[in-house]
This record gives sequence, C-alpha cells and structure tokens, in this order.
Amino acid sequence: MSKEIIKIEDLTREFIMGAETVRALRGISFTINEGEFVTIMGSSGSGKSTLLNILGCLDQPTSGIYEIDGVKMKDLSKNQLATIRNEKIGFIFQSYNLLARTSALENVELPLFYNSKVSSEERRERAIKAIEMVGLKDRMDHTPSQLSGGQQQRVAIARSLVNNPVMILADEATGNLDTRTAYEIMSIFQELNKQGITIIFVTHEPDIATFSNRTIVLKDGNIIQDKLNQKVQSASAELAKLPKEEH
Amino acid sequence: MRLINLLKIAFKAIVLNKTRTLLTMLGIIIGVASVIAMLAIGEGSKESIRETISSMGSNMITIRPGADNRGPARGSGGDVQTLTLKDYEKIKQEATLLSYITPVVNGGGQVINGSNNWPSTIYGVNPEYLNIKVVDLQSGSMFTDAEVKSASKVALIGQTVVDNVFPDGQDPVGQMIRFDNIPFKVIGVLEEKGENTFGQDQDDVVIAPYTTVQKRILAIDYLNQIMASAISEDDAPDAVTQVTEILRSQHKLMDSDDDDFHVRSMEELISTFSSTSEMLTILLVAVASISLLIGGIGIMNIMYVSVKERTKEIGLRMAVGGKGSDILMQFLIEAILISITGGILGVILGLGATVFIEKFLNWPTSVALYSIVISFAVCAITGIFFGWYPARKASSLDPITALRYE
Repeated sequence: MSKEIIKIEDLTREFIMGAETVRALRGISFTINEGEFVTIMGSSGSGKSTLLNILGCLDQPTSGIYEIDGVKMKDLSKNQLATIRNEKIGFIFQSYNLLARTSALENVELPLFYNSKVSSEERRERAIKAIEMVGLKDRMDHTPSQLSGGQQQRVAIARSLVNNPVMILADEATGNLDTRTAYEIMSIFQELNKQGITIIFVTHEPDIATFSNRTIVLKDGNIIQDKLNQKVQSASAELAKLPKEEH
Repeated sequence: MRLINLLKIAFKAIVLNKTRTLLTMLGIIIGVASVIAMLAIGEGSKESIRETISSMGSNMITIRPGADNRGPARGSGGDVQTLTLKDYEKIKQEATLLSYITPVVNGGGQVINGSNNWPSTIYGVNPEYLNIKVVDLQSGSMFTDAEVKSASKVALIGQTVVDNVFPDGQDPVGQMIRFDNIPFKVIGVLEEKGENTFGQDQDDVVIAPYTTVQKRILAIDYLNQIMASAISEDDAPDAVTQVTEILRSQHKLMDSDDDDFHVRSMEELISTFSSTSEMLTILLVAVASISLLIGGIGIMNIMYVSVKERTKEIGLRMAVGGKGSDILMQFLIEAILISITGGILGVILGLGATVFIEKFLNWPTSVALYSIVISFAVCAITGIFFGWYPARKASSLDPITALRYE
C-alpha cells in the first residue's frame, strides 16, 4: 500500500506516582501508513490517551522507538518537536481546549501564529478556509462560550487543519457530544481522511470505531487486538438514518 | 515576523484580561506615584529652606554672646553681656573680609499709635543693617549715621506693624508712634518679606538707631549681637575665622579658654537645616520604599497567579506548535507592556499628585529626576521579573504536563 508514516517499536511509558510506578504502556509496536483512519480503543486506564499524547509529541516515551516519516523523535530537540507539532500534526482534545473570550476565527489562526513562514494575510485566509470546511463560516466571530459543544469541537477541528497537517490525532473528540453531533463530527473526519490525511482517533465507543478502517484495542498497556475493518460505515449515511427529533 | 506575531499575541492577551491587567498596573502605578510624590515633598522642603535662608542674606554672619565660661557659675548665652560696642568697633576696624557690619540690640514692647497698639520687637541697628539683611524700603528713607550718633528717635516699621497700628490705611511715614512710651517718628516702611520657613513674621519689626534703643528703651551698654556680611558667600567661612580671632584677642582669651561668643555664617545654618530636612527626606524615602515594596509584592502576586492560571493555555499553545521560547517571549512582552504602561501612568499620577500638593496644600515640592528613574526602574524590573520567572517555569514543562495542570 502507501508509505509508512508512523512506526513505533517496543514503546513503554511509566509514570511515577509517589512510591509507585504506573506502567501505562508496556512495550507496544505497530506501524501506520499514510491515509489510514485508525481508531484506538480500550477502557479507561488502558493507556490509549498516553499513547496518543506520545504520538502527538506532547509526551515522551520512557523507552522504545517512535518515528515519523523515518525520523526518530527521540533525537529531536524540544524546539524541533514544537515544529513537528506545528507543521505535521493536528491535535484535537476531548475538552476542545479553545482559548476563552477569543473568537472562533482567532482560535483557528493560533497555530499559524507560531509558523513564521505564514504571512498575516495568508493566516487569515487559511483560517477562514478551515472554518468554512467545518461549516462554521457564519459563526466565526463567536467566542467559545457562545458556541455549542459540537460547534466548539468543529472549531478545534478547524484549528487542527489550518496548518495542513499530514495527520490528525483526536483524543475522545466525540466523548462529550450527543450521538447526532458525534456522527456529524465523524463525517467531517471521514471527509478529511478521503483527502489523504491520516487520522488516529482514540475512543471508547464501539460505534465510532465502525467509521474507521483499522482498530487497535489496548488493555493494560498492551495491544490485544489490531484488525482492519472490512466494512467501513459512512458517518453521513448513519447520520441520515437517525431520527430527526433527537437533535 | 516572529516577533510581530508574538507582540500581537501578547497584546491580545492583555486586552483580553482587562481587569487582571489593570490590577497589576495598579500596583505599579501606586508604587511609582507615591515614591515620586514623597520625594518631591522632601526635596521641595529642602529647597525652600535653602531659599529662605538665602533670602535672609546668604553671606550674612552673626556674632552672638556665648556663655561666660571663666567664672565658676555658667550662664546661658542669652543673659551674658560679653559683646560690647568696643568689640563692634574693633571688628569694624580690623576685619578685612566684611563689607557691612552693624551692632544689634533688640527688645520686645508695645507699639502704640493713638488707640491702636500692637506688641512687636524693636531692633536697634545702624544703616548698614538693610544691606546685610537685603531689605528694601517701600517708602520713606533709612536713618543716617548722624541720626545714629545723636540717638534720634526715628524708626522704620514693617508691614505687619503698619497694618496693626495704622489700620485706616494712612501713610505712616511722618507719623508719630510710641514704643514703650518713647515717641518715635516713622521715617520709612520696610519692604514686605512675609513669613520665613520657620514661621517667623519678618514684617513684625520696628527698626531704630541702636544708640536710641540701647539708651532710651533697653538701658543697657552691651550688645545682643553683631551682624555683618562677608564680601562674598565664598569668603564667609574665612570671615568667620577672622572675626573669631579678632574677638579672642579683644576678649584676651587664653589658648585654653573656650570662646565666649558664637560666630555663625548662614552657610552653617543652611547645612544645619539641610541636614534636618535630609532626615525628613530619608524618612519619606523609607515610607516610599515600603510602598514601592508593597507595590512590587502586588505585581509579583498578580503576575505569578496569572501565569499559573494560564498554565493550561501555555500547554495548548505548545501543543499547536509554540516553542518554549515563544511562550517565554509572549509573557515577557506582556510583562514589559504592563510594567511600562503602569510605570508611565504612575509617573503621570505622581507628577499630578505633586502639582495637587503644591497648589492645594501649599507645600513646597520639587520633583527629582532620580525619583522618577528609580521608582520606574524598580517597578518595571519587578513586573518583568515576576512575569518572566513563572513563565519560564511553565514553558519548560512538557506540553502534556502544562495541559493537564489544574
């Protein structure tokens, strides 16, 4: 198939909590190819968020190898990691993490402020384009507190898109949303995936996993299942099936 | 490009948190303003003392009788009679560094004109007195040496005396008044000088020939003091030494004897009072320093808390690609903008308060440049340091640790 974008080998992550050492990841390995839509599942405490944070260069593994496009992350400085986060990765949080009292548009612009190659005109242009893509053009002047949960998550998606990342990492991005809104969000992800962006999506809801083409299941820091999804559901089709009054 | 972006980010963050920004600035504003105002008061009083003393004649030298230490019983300087006309004549003859000299005898009494009367002080002097004290006449003329010689009953009066014994506004020159029942003809009115810094009314005086005052009013043959003026202000210290030597030989003092008189130049008086007001300034500076310190602690608290509560925001900024140095820069710029703006507002408020104190409380003030520089620098440095320090800590965290911070 297409080329390998992520490769991890024997990755472990330990946290020291007082006198105890918690082993969140106990040596996991896998590779992800460009253009895949992977869901990582598992109950809480299984290590899935820890894994995603490491994949997003927000956290460092205790041991093991993590490569993006063949580059070992371990060898990079903090500043180089920041550049990777800025240019290659879009990260979406369960709690949206938008800047309060700041308009949706300005929130979307944020990553571009840290990319000195982008001029201020281009920044605005790209932010508007990204916000259009998630269908919030008419609300781009609203602040997060004036938006619903689903709308805030769309702003967060637009923010992750604005730097044209090669992959988007989402940590329970639908966890706080109702089914209909969650499906709407998933259809956006599927649309982005079609455009070639690799998506890694952490969730604990099995129905969300049916929208992806690969599912990795973690339990107690180990991979217990890694399977390709033969029958990928279309989120927009599922959305159409939902009864209207649920919204 | 990067700096412009960071400036924009910092500016947005400041505008977004108006209340917090204002509270932080308040510490700086009050700190800077209070230091400027306090030092202005201190400097102002120092200058006004200097001015008053100078207006009294900055090269003036006064010679007063001192305690007579030769006998077994020591008296206070006021009652001793060690200064005589002979001393005056001797100094007048021998002292080369003096331009004017006059004997002074003075006493209190009642000035009476018809039904109006007023308690005042009469000074018996010679015509050189006006030159020594640097006083002009409003009207009339000074008495002459001949009138001194003949102990004429002529007098000049100050404005306060005029106001009280000539309440109808008639011209006092040529009128007769009585001082302690001795009739005097008013021949002149002294220029108005107002109160001096020590609250003494310089217009509440009667001036007459010293011979007249000595013989007719006080009935004494000694002098209360001798006043002189040095040729120039710079010669004053030498003139003091010269006069001291003349008087020591005149009084036949042995080397082991203490002076039985005191010679003082205005320079000494200035330094005495300057040191007093220096104390006042030090006190005010101490108070101002405390308010500056408290202002600094306020800045520190707000800066520290505001960075702490924004740790999550810092985490997010790092997650979307902000480098540690970007974050640090942003907070540094914020701190600089807040501190400088607060500092400038503080200077404006401090100057405003100074003007207010001068205009409405009538206190002399003088703004010292160093007070502006010091207070501004201390507040700015405090603000910048305490904005920078917690931000540096936060920006060295892993993004995920900062994001998870509650």
